[in-house]
Amino acid sequence: MNFQLTKEQEFVRKMVREFAENEVEPIAADIDAEHRFPVETVEKMGKYGLMGVPFPTEYGGAGGDHIAYAITVEELSRVCGSTGVICSAHTSLCCWPIFAWGSDEQKAKYLPDLLAGKKLGAFGLTEPNAGTDAGGQQTRAEKDGDQWVLNGAKVFITNGGYADVFIVMAMTDKKKGTRGGISAFIVEKGDKGFEIGKTEDKMGICASSTTELIFQDCRIPEDRLLGAVGDGFKVAMSTLDGGRIGIASQALGIAQGAFDVTKEYMKARKQFGKKLSQMEALQFEMANMATQIEAARLLIYQAADMKDKHLPYGPKSAMAKLFAAETAMYVTTKCVQFHGGYGYTKDYPVERMMRDAKITEIYEGTSEVQKIVIAADIFKK
Amino acid sequence: MAFKIIVCAKQVPDTNVIKINPKTGTLIRDGVPSILNHDDANALEEALKIKDQYPDTHITVITMGPPQANDLLMECIAMGADEGILVSDRAVGGSDTWATSNTLEAAVRKVGDFDLIFAGRQAIDGDTAQVGPQLAEKLGLPQVTYVQEFEIAENMKDITVKRALEDGYEIIKIKTPCMLTAIKELNTPRYMTIAGIYGEKNMKTWNAKDIEVDLNKVGLEASPTNVFRSFTPAPKGKGVILEGDTEKDVAKQLLIGLKGKHVI
Repeated sequence: MNFQLTKEQEFVRKMVREFAENEVEPIAADIDAEHRFPVETVEKMGKYGLMGVPFPTEYGGAGGDHIAYAITVEELSRVCGSTGVICSAHTSLCCWPIFAWGSDEQKAKYLPDLLAGKKLGAFGLTEPNAGTDAGGQQTRAEKDGDQWVLNGAKVFITNGGYADVFIVMAMTDKKKGTRGGISAFIVEKGDKGFEIGKTEDKMGICASSTTELIFQDCRIPEDRLLGAVGDGFKVAMSTLDGGRIGIASQALGIAQGAFDVTKEYMKARKQFGKKLSQMEALQFEMANMATQIEAARLLIYQAADMKDKHLPYGPKSAMAKLFAAETAMYVTTKCVQFHGGYGYTKDYPVERMMRDAKITEIYEGTSEVQKIVIAADIFKK
Repeated sequence: MAFKIIVCAKQVPDTNVIKINPKTGTLIRDGVPSILNHDDANALEEALKIKDQYPDTHITVITMGPPQANDLLMECIAMGADEGILVSDRAVGGSDTWATSNTLEAAVRKVGDFDLIFAGRQAIDGDTAQVGPQLAEKLGLPQVTYVQEFEIAENMKDITVKRALEDGYEIIKIKTPCMLTAIKELNTPRYMTIAGIYGEKNMKTWNAKDIEVDLNKVGLEASPTNVFRSFTPAPKGKGVILEGDTEKDVAKQLLIGLKGKHVI
């Protein structure tokens, strides 16, 4: 057992922290207020390898590992949760399934541009009536000659408005149902019959793009099928196992960011003739927060390490995501409280961080879904 | 033929974090992170910009320091340098600028072939700005210090630089091989890339014997400079805020104050 980061992982933290503090933090409040997707940041992230961290260099990836990827999302989210999820959804939910399930031709066609950040990825599973109940897919795909024809709609798709490549789940055999009846497809921006619908007006992660995807007789060539016919649910579930490492890292980063700014605030703010940092009740609460943050970090890095070692890590990443998301909500709520009235205003970043934290308990599997995954593992024997 | 650049870099304590012991006047180095000296990062960045334009360029970073200075070489290579050389030996420990430039001279001579040496103006720990110029003198190279703009002609021989002065600048033309020292105005250093961090690292360590340096000219014993005393300058007193009903009132007070102090 080794709890020390490698030299490379330490360097990734140093690099991404510098990048985040110079390129992301200065605009974080503005892009949140303007609900503006930071196209320019994504371009820079691509240039420095942040859009393809855990993939081999032969496909244009950075050649890093999943702990380095977790650190990347954590450090971006430490200053901006929106930027963190842009990286996470792209990497875990689009690049990874193509890498893991794609044919050689699909990998060669899509991965170089995606991993270089020249193209952005998204993932479409959720539907108006199929969120947590992912098996209830109503989007369907029918084979017509050498084409697939997609009809239906997806909702709450992260990166939707700016993505070029979409991994889309659709029912290909309703009789077979969830297992065996769903297939995964690669849909490209501009495919005929495919449109971006409404953009959601959200509570938090306001600089990320969350949209509907609409398919109306959307015809795509048959080589866009990802994996075999009927593999869709497996593609989706294996993808989400990894995605949870990304969202857990986002939650961790948001918690750490709120903690760090609150620590500095407490050292400066005086009440009753004392600095907040000198008040024992608040010190104890900070000690609790620091402990939870560190515990979340260890769970996440363990899940990431297991993924790199090709060990079954699904229940572990579910635990990491459950715990990190609850930590993010707990820590950011407390941090707003410690800032008092100032914390409730947009003049201080903890207000944004608290709004951003909430989504981590909901997307890529709600906290309740994580408990289903964890409990299923407990009682599987 | 490849254009060969040597960049001299130093690992220094991060002075943003460092504190000074007010009693002894010495730096408290415990727990202070080590970083790539800022001006040296500018020197490397300019070399990397040449490489961006002429990919055939080969950049060798040389540093002198303890084994942990390998981290600096890793960082420079992760930014885009081709090769890193650490000169590390107890015999060169405690060197002042003269002894350091003797060591670097020997290392550069061992590297052999080069077209350009780029270094930072000065290191943030010692602030002497002497090592670069000394190295150039010892190698018999023309040098320009305080470079804030740099341009190289396509023939890879004619360099034009803008040299910062306290109250202006000079435009200087110089031919390779030569030595330049960079200031922060020259450029903005790039970040490491993730691929660079995980890529192969061409790094080697040389000791005093490897670089065939005269042991009588390196290390603490051979250093002609001794630190007599270091101290923290006393903090300046608070400023004065002048207040008055009109701007004229305030200006009058200011004039009286300045005259009183015999400034005007």
